[in-house]
Amino acid sequence: MRPFGYAAPATVDQAVGLLEAEGSEALAGGTDLLSLLKDDVERVDRLVALRGVPGLSGIELDGGMLRVGAMTTLQELRDHDGAIAALPALAVAIDGVASPQLRAMGTVGGDLLQRPRCWYYRRGFGLLALAADGRSMVTDGDNRYHAIFPEGEARFVNPSSLAPLLVALGAEAVVHGPAGERRLPVEALYRAPQAAGERENTLAPGELLVGVEANVEGSRSAVYEVRQRRALDWPLMAAAVSLAGSGPRTERARIVLGHAGPVPHVATAAGDVLSGQELTPETVAAAADAAVEGARPMSGNRYKVQLARTAVRRALGRAAGMEI
Amino acid sequence: MTDDAKRSGLSRRSFLRSGAAGALSGGLAAGLLTGDAAAAAAATDAEAPDTVGPGPVEIELEVNGATRRLAVEPRVTLLDGLRDRLDVTGPKRVCDRGTCGACTVLEDGRPIYACSRLMIESAGRSITTVEGLGSPDAMHDVQQAFVENDAQQCGYCTPGFVVATAALLARHPAPSEREIEAGLGGNLCRCGTYKGIRAVVEGAGGGGVSGG
Repeated sequence: MRPFGYAAPATVDQAVGLLEAEGSEALAGGTDLLSLLKDDVERVDRLVALRGVPGLSGIELDGGMLRVGAMTTLQELRDHDGAIAALPALAVAIDGVASPQLRAMGTVGGDLLQRPRCWYYRRGFGLLALAADGRSMVTDGDNRYHAIFPEGEARFVNPSSLAPLLVALGAEAVVHGPAGERRLPVEALYRAPQAAGERENTLAPGELLVGVEANVEGSRSAVYEVRQRRALDWPLMAAAVSLAGSGPRTERARIVLGHAGPVPHVATAAGDVLSGQELTPETVAAAADAAVEGARPMSGNRYKVQLARTAVRRALGRAAGMEI
Repeated sequence: MTDDAKRSGLSRRSFLRSGAAGALSGGLAAGLLTGDAAAAAAATDAEAPDTVGPGPVEIELEVNGATRRLAVEPRVTLLDGLRDRLDVTGPKRVCDRGTCGACTVLEDGRPIYACSRLMIESAGRSITTVEGLGSPDAMHDVQQAFVENDAQQCGYCTPGFVVATAALLARHPAPSEREIEAGLGGNLCRCGTYKGIRAVVEGAGGGGVSGG
């Protein structure tokens, strides 16, 4: 790793002040950032260590509202009986990070804001992986794990384990910055960059994700990840669903795909298919088909379209407690 | 000077203070997620911390029960600091990217990848490596069971597996098959000695091994 400075703020305000300076990056669990620094994919002048900032980690369940601090580790969240009982799908999403070491180190904020796994990005070709002549290395090259919902030149996939579920639940991110606090839907944390140097998140310099909040009451939700193997790896495709409504009919359904596009892909049409409907094998299949409407797979990832259908079908089945 | 006195002396430095505070912080700061920024700010002091490094920074941490004090650059990982500076070479440097588990150590009792933690982040904390579990003359139950079950071939992943196994058994003294897979899922053995390692852990169900 190249040399860098290190500052350990004692408050969120101090962290924000330090992060405003160019070349400063927030250090959470470090499991992603340190690898990027070792590989010289990212460079920093100073790391702002969040580990010792009091109050950034913790879990509160207040009525149906679940609040989780950004520095809460995945294992701490997994071990919180109240949170898991209120939102069993959380256990599935966390267990997908199939390493106790990563669960003990990795944080909720770090999971949400980890950098893409795109191998062109990881080899130093940038998030958009454009060659000198402007052609896409992704479309020309090996894109087996890339987006089936690319946005412009952004063809990597969002790798977060928690984001699809949080987006399906309509969770909010709480961000502190130089201008104070702002709240935004978790999906608004993400964007598809279109120019070299742009990031895939919407945080401005000095802004810090301090936590997430989700109303977990009364919604039936589930996560289904399709994996090559059960061992430590990112899934090939993931679906998260959240169903609202009492009785057999679904009033509202939110269906979100992970590992499908540069941002968590909200499959609006698939949710609409289920609105006011009972979940049956037929309506579930129709929703699964709707979820991949508009998919634009590339030369090597057409298989992911079918994985997305399957993931949606099985996530819906889990949420409804039925075998599909 | 006792270890405690040394620690409190150093704890006035911002980098160590932060390490200790992390271990103590409980719930969410008042108001942090509820929109009351004033309450969150009031819970803290205002003085901004110094930026240390990129040159060596003096830190103190506990390694296998002994207090160790050294000066490291912030960029030095816990793994490299242990191996190259403190001559604690049980944790192995294999992938160095947080995927293989050969560098697994316990930090305040929790299994972590030492390659993916900056040593400065472990200041004020307690590290246990495979050497700290037991010695060839007085092996930890898990180490003894690895020997008895022939649960190693080239041996390079073994120190990490032993530490991860001890951490698993501390959490689940008689783990289910699922708990074994989840508990050791962060370690790889390229020789494929998984059968022997599984025998080590399953032996624990019969009371033969404890994570103690």
